[in-house]
Amino acid sequence: MLVLFLTFLILRREDRQMEAKTREYAIIDNYLCIKMPAEVDHHKAAGIRECADKMILDDKVKNIVFDFEDTTFMDSSGLGIIIGRYRKISCFGGKVYAVNANERITRLLTTSGMTSIIEVL
Amino acid sequence: MEGNVINKIKLEFEAVSENEALARVVAAAFIAGLNITVDELEDVKTAVSEAVTNAIIHGYKECGGTVIMDAVLKRERKEACLLSIDICDTGVGIEDVERAMQPMFTTGLENERSGMGFSFMEAFMDKVIVTSSLNMGTVVHMEKCLKVYDKRQ
Repeated sequence: MLVLFLTFLILRREDRQMEAKTREYAIIDNYLCIKMPAEVDHHKAAGIRECADKMILDDKVKNIVFDFEDTTFMDSSGLGIIIGRYRKISCFGGKVYAVNANERITRLLTTSGMTSIIEVL
Repeated sequence: MEGNVINKIKLEFEAVSENEALARVVAAAFIAGLNITVDELEDVKTAVSEAVTNAIIHGYKECGGTVIMDAVLKRERKEACLLSIDICDTGVGIEDVERAMQPMFTTGLENERSGMGFSFMEAFMDKVIVTSSLNMGTVVHMEKCLKVYDKRQ
């Protein structure tokens, strides 16, 4: 009985993890929308990169949208993520967008010259 | 405490990426009581994050080591404080500091580093001095003047 209950709990947790993942990475038409974490730094970068690249390969994504709605901190590692994804999809004519960025992150993206390769909406 | 030093801290931590957040939060907490703007606080956090990330991935090649953050707060004038932060590692060092500090220069292309770390530090702090010697380590010294007004007044 206990074993059954535990399996149920584990399954439910996995369900929830899957759900969280689909909330962070959604594909709408040929746009891959990536929900950026609260703090984008070198520590978080590897995970985002890995997941994004898997989705780009798996699902024939053409354009990428970075959603900064929840993001309050970003350093130059964030630029690395954007530049890397841009390199991957631009050769197939894809575009990169940044949405819902707060004032500071918008300023960071514009002053670092990122706006020449991405569109900040 | 000597002279016009108001406060100082020393933080020693392992060179793992989890500690990047720790270092910048400690730096922010160190100056949080100063009544400075949110933007100034974020500037310091970003600069610390860049320097610590550099120490971890370039200094220690992501193989671990010890990073030391030294922060000192001095009273400059009545309404201004000088924050100086040193981020020290005893890693591989930088061969050509001037070249390393140029915007877009990176040795971590395969890891998708943007090459903007030092540019960010220079943009967000008033002064950045890098001292490095090969196989001895690197010290990034950063200063920022923070305008403060005494809450008691």
